[in-house]
Amino acid sequence: MRVSTQWLKDYVDLTVDADTLADRLTMAGLEVESVERPHAFLTQVVVARVDAVRPHPNADKLRLCDVHDGTRIRQVVCGAPNVAPGQVVALALPGAVLPNGQKLSEAKIRGQLSEGMLCSQRELFLGEDASGIWVLDPHLPLGKTLLEAMDLDDAVLDVSITPNRGDCLSMVGVAREVAAICGTQLRYPEITLAEDGPSIHDTASVTIQDPVGCPRYAARLIRGVRIGPSPQWMKRRLEAAGIRSINNVVDVTNYVMMELGQPLHAFDYERLREGRIVVRRARSGERFSTLDGVERTLFDDTLLICDGVGPVAIAGIMGGLDSEITDQTTQVLIESAYFQPEGIRRSSRKLGLRTESSYRFERGIDPEGVIRAVDRAAQLMVQLAGGVLAKGVIDEYPAPIARPTIELRVAKVNRFLGLDLDAGDMARVLESIEMQVESKDPETLLVTPPSCRSDVTREVDLAEEVARLVGYDRVPVTHATAPLYADPPDPHATLRQKLKETLTAIGFDEVLTYSFIPEKALQDLGLPEGDPRLQPVRLLNPLSEEQAVMRTSLLPGLLLTARHNFDRANTDLRLFELSKVFLPREGEALPQEDHHLVGILAGRRVPHPLYGSEETVDYADAKGAVEAVLERFHLGPDAVRFSREPLPPYCDPSMGAAIHVADTLVGSVGRVHPDVQEAFDLKRDTYYLELDFETLYRLKRPHPGFSPLPKFPSVTRDMALIVADDLPVAAPLDYIRSLREPLVEQVDLFDLYRGKQLGEGRKSVGYRIVYRAPDRNLTDEEVNALHERITEKVLAAFDAQLR
Amino acid sequence: MEEDARTLFREAEGAIAAAGADLKALDAVRVGFLGRKGKLTALFKRLGTVPAEARPEAGRVLNEVKAALEERLAEAIRKAKEQAKRPKSVLDVTVPGRRPLSGRLHPITQTAMDIAAIFNRLGFETVEGPEVELDYYNFEALNIPKDHPARDMQDTFYVSDEVVLRTHTSPLQIRTMEKKRPPIKIIAPGKAYRCDSDVTHTPMFHQVEGLMVGRDISFGDLKGVLTVFVHQMFGPHVGLRFRPSFFPFTEPSAEVDIQCVMCRGAGCRVCSQTGWLEILGSGMVDPEVFKMVGYDPDEVTGFAFGMGIERIAMLRYGINDLRLFFENDVRFLRQF
Repeated sequence: MRVSTQWLKDYVDLTVDADTLADRLTMAGLEVESVERPHAFLTQVVVARVDAVRPHPNADKLRLCDVHDGTRIRQVVCGAPNVAPGQVVALALPGAVLPNGQKLSEAKIRGQLSEGMLCSQRELFLGEDASGIWVLDPHLPLGKTLLEAMDLDDAVLDVSITPNRGDCLSMVGVAREVAAICGTQLRYPEITLAEDGPSIHDTASVTIQDPVGCPRYAARLIRGVRIGPSPQWMKRRLEAAGIRSINNVVDVTNYVMMELGQPLHAFDYERLREGRIVVRRARSGERFSTLDGVERTLFDDTLLICDGVGPVAIAGIMGGLDSEITDQTTQVLIESAYFQPEGIRRSSRKLGLRTESSYRFERGIDPEGVIRAVDRAAQLMVQLAGGVLAKGVIDEYPAPIARPTIELRVAKVNRFLGLDLDAGDMARVLESIEMQVESKDPETLLVTPPSCRSDVTREVDLAEEVARLVGYDRVPVTHATAPLYADPPDPHATLRQKLKETLTAIGFDEVLTYSFIPEKALQDLGLPEGDPRLQPVRLLNPLSEEQAVMRTSLLPGLLLTARHNFDRANTDLRLFELSKVFLPREGEALPQEDHHLVGILAGRRVPHPLYGSEETVDYADAKGAVEAVLERFHLGPDAVRFSREPLPPYCDPSMGAAIHVADTLVGSVGRVHPDVQEAFDLKRDTYYLELDFETLYRLKRPHPGFSPLPKFPSVTRDMALIVADDLPVAAPLDYIRSLREPLVEQVDLFDLYRGKQLGEGRKSVGYRIVYRAPDRNLTDEEVNALHERITEKVLAAFDAQLR
Repeated sequence: MEEDARTLFREAEGAIAAAGADLKALDAVRVGFLGRKGKLTALFKRLGTVPAEARPEAGRVLNEVKAALEERLAEAIRKAKEQAKRPKSVLDVTVPGRRPLSGRLHPITQTAMDIAAIFNRLGFETVEGPEVELDYYNFEALNIPKDHPARDMQDTFYVSDEVVLRTHTSPLQIRTMEKKRPPIKIIAPGKAYRCDSDVTHTPMFHQVEGLMVGRDISFGDLKGVLTVFVHQMFGPHVGLRFRPSFFPFTEPSAEVDIQCVMCRGAGCRVCSQTGWLEILGSGMVDPEVFKMVGYDPDEVTGFAFGMGIERIAMLRYGINDLRLFFENDVRFLRQF
C-alpha cells in the first residue's frame, strides 16, 4: 500500500522523519519497501515576485521579466500571457528537473539571458491549469522553496501489508500503527452531517437474504448532486495512493476506502429499480455485466447486490454497468457493507476478478467501521458534489459480530517469548493499538482487541503484538537444551551422498535440472506405446509446454543439458544427476517418487591440452562409471551381468547393454540412439548410463568383510587364444572362474585384438591367471600342469586355438 | 729415482685432470700408472737397482707417491660417479601437473550440505518427503485454508484439486510431527516449486526447512539457533536482525535479515540500499498447527524456519543470476 506521509499527518502527528518512520514500521512488521519523494524537485522551485515586465527585443510573444527570488533580481524570459508585475510566482531555478523530465539551465532565449523559468500549475504537476504561469498566494515568503512554502514535502511509503493485516490497508489503519510506534495519538477524521432531506426510510430499503455472506449492510442517500471533477487536493492524494481520479462522487468512495479501509459503492439511485436493495446469492449460470464492460457468468455462491428486479453489483467485488455513476447522475445511494471474507475470496477467485474492494473484503474489514465510513462519504460528497443528504441511515445488521475477550497469562507469554515484562508493560503496549485491557488478577490480563483486528483471537496473537511492538531485538538470544538422542541417519540418503561423491571422484560434474520437462521430450525418447513413462503427472497450470509434465525419466533433462553445453562449445562432458522421477500410481493421489541416476558422456576421454588426446569416450568409459557406481552397492563383477538385451529404445542397439543384478534389470548403458540424438539436436556423439537407484538399493549387498593378505607369493600365467569374434570376452573368463580351481586366485582379460592375419570372424583374447596357494610356495611344475589343464578345457569349450 | 717418481706423479695428475668425469678414462689412468704394466709399477720394479743405502728412502718416496696417486684417483672416480648420477637436464618445475579427471558437486548441493552440517552439529536430524504433495500437507495442515488470502503468497502448481507441487518444504513439519512425539529437532532440505519465473524466481528451487518442538522452547531460543546458523554460515561478525512478518503456520513470525555481505551494511545494489538482505523466514509454531497433528499447544512449544538455498549460495559466491543454477553450463559448474 502506498502511504503518503502528508495525508497520514491528518490522523497522527509524526515525530520522526519519513526514513526513520519507514525503518520503524518495518521493524514493527509493516515492511516498507521504498520511500518515494514525488515532489523532491520542488526544492529547486522557489517563491518569487515579478517586479517588472518588458517586451523581448527579438520576439513578439516573449517577455523579459525582472523576478525577485528573495535575494536578488533575475532576468527570466517568459511566454505566458498572464504574467504581470506584482505577481507572486513559482520560479524554477537552473538545475531543476521538472516532472516532465525537462532539465533547466541558464540559457539565452532569442539572444536574451533567462536565469530560470516561471511555471504553470501543470508544469509542476500540481494542477491542470496550463493556460499561464501559476499565480501564488501573495503572502507566501519570497525565496522559500515551494516544497516548504506550500507544505508539499511528501514522502510516499510503499508498505507491504501481510495478508493477516487487512486493518492496515488504509491511512487510518497505518496511522494507528504509527501512533503506537511514535507514542502519539490517533485522530479519526471529524464527521459532521447536515441531514436536510426527507428520511431515507421513506424511499429506500435493504433486505439481506444471505446474512452469512453479508452480515451487515448500511446505506445513505443524497439527492441533487452535481457530478464533476474532484478538487486538486483529493486528486493528488488519490494519485499518491495509486488511484485514478474519475469524478467527485466515485472519487469520494475511493478516498474513504483509502482513508478508513471500508470499500464503498455509489449507485445511481434513480437507476435502482423499485428503489430497493436485495442482497442474495446468484443463481447458477446467471449473467451480469460489470462496470468494466464484461458480461460474466455467475456461480450459485456468488453474492449479488440486486435492486427490485435484478443484479446491480457483485457484492464486494465490482458494480454493474447499468447503475454506475454517470455525468447525469443526481441521486446517489452509498453502500457500506461488511461481507464475509471467505465468500468474497471464493467468488473473486472463481470469477478471476480482483479489485481494491475485494482485496480488502477478503482480508476482513472492520465490521464496526461501516457506519463511520458511510457517514464520512456522505459528508465529503455533499461537500464536493453538493446535494442534500437524506435523513437517517439504513443499517441492516441482524447478528452483530462478537469481539473476543482473550486471557493473557503474563508469565506464560514471557516464557514463550523469552521476555521479562510485567503485566503493566504488556497492558500499555496493547492499549497503544486500541486494545481494551483489564486485569483479571495480577498475573492475567483480559484483552479485547478493536473490531478492526479480526486477526487477533488468541493469546498467542497477543504475544505477537507484544513482541513486535516491544521490538524483536529486545528478546535476548538464548540457547535451548534438548535430550541427547538421535535417530540413525537415513541410509538411503547416506548412500545417495556417497554415490555423488564417487561420481565426482571419477570426473563427473553434478547437474540439477528441472523436475518438469516438455511432454514431447518423453516421446522423443522413442518409448513404445503403453510405456508407463508416457503417462506422466501433468501440471494443471504449467508455465509453458516446456515445463508441462513431471519427469518420468532423468534422461531428457540430461540430454537437454548436453545440448545446452554443446551449443556453447562445451564439448567434453561428463555429467550426472541423481534425482527423483515421478510415476503415477493406480489408486493413489500421489505418484511414486523414485531416485534415478543418469550420467552423460561426450567428447574427449582425457581433455587435457598437454597430456590429453583427441580420443573420444566410448562404451567402455560409460560402463566403467557404471562399475564404479555398482561397487558402492557392493555389487562386484560376480553380481552384475551385462547383456545385449533388452535395450531401451533410446539406446543404440549396436552399442549398448542392459544391466542386470541377480536377474533384475537395473538399468542400461551405451550410446544414445542416433534417432534420439537427432531428436534432441545433439551435435556430438553422446553416451549415457541410467540406473534405477531404488532397485539397486533393494539389491545392495553388505560389505563382504575383510580378506587376509596372502602370505605366499603368486605365480602368473597368460593364455592367448584365438576365438570367434562374436564370443563375449566374459565367457571364457566366467568359465575359468566356474571351474573353481582352488589355486586360481584371479582371472583378468589383458589383451584384446582383431586383425586381418587372424582370419575372418576371429579375434585374439589374452587372459591372465594368478595362481596362489594359501599355505606354501607354488612350484613352476605344478602351476604349469594346472595352467595346461585349464587351457585344454578352455580350448575345447570355446572352439579356440592357442595363439 | 725420487725425481722420476715425482715427475710421474705430476704426469698422472695431468692424466686424471684430462680424464675429467669419464670413468673409463680414469680407469685407463689407473691401469697406465698403477696396473701390472703401469709406469709407477715399473719404477717399483727398478727399486732393486737402487744402491742399498738409498733404497729405503727411495722405497718410502715411491710408496708415498703411490698412496697419493691412489687417493687422487679414488677422489676423481667418486666425483665422476656422483656426476653420473646427476640428471642430464634441469627439471622445469613449471610443467603442468597431470591431474586425474575429477568433477564437482552442484553449488546448490554443496551449499545444502554446508547448511545441513551446521544444523546436524546442533543435533537436528535430516528428513525428506515427497515433492508432489497433498494440498492438506502443503496448506491445510499448515493453517492455510482454501479460501485464505495467504494462498496468494505462493503461486502454486496444481496437479489436481487436492494435489500440488509443494510450494515449500514446510509439509515436512506436519509429516514429521504426525510420525513422532516431541522432542523434535529436524531439518528438511529439498526441492520446492512455485508458478513464477523471472530474473529473481525460478519455478523450481531448493529450501531447507527446520523445526524444533519441545517443552518451553521460546522465541529467544529461535533467535539463538538462527544466530548460530548465520554466524557459522556467513561469519561471526555478520550482523543479523529479526523482523516481524507473517506466515500462517507461525505466530509470532520473523524474517531474518543479515547485514549485506556485498557492502557490509553500507547500502548497495544487491541490498537495494538498505544494508540488509532477507535470508530466511521463521517463527514460533502456531498452536493451530500443533492441533492438526494432535499435540497439545499448552504442553509444547516450538519454532520453525525455512530458507532458500539458491539465495544463500548466491550470496556466498556472489552469483548474480539465479538461472545459472539450472542451465548447468559446465563453465559455471566447474567454478565450485
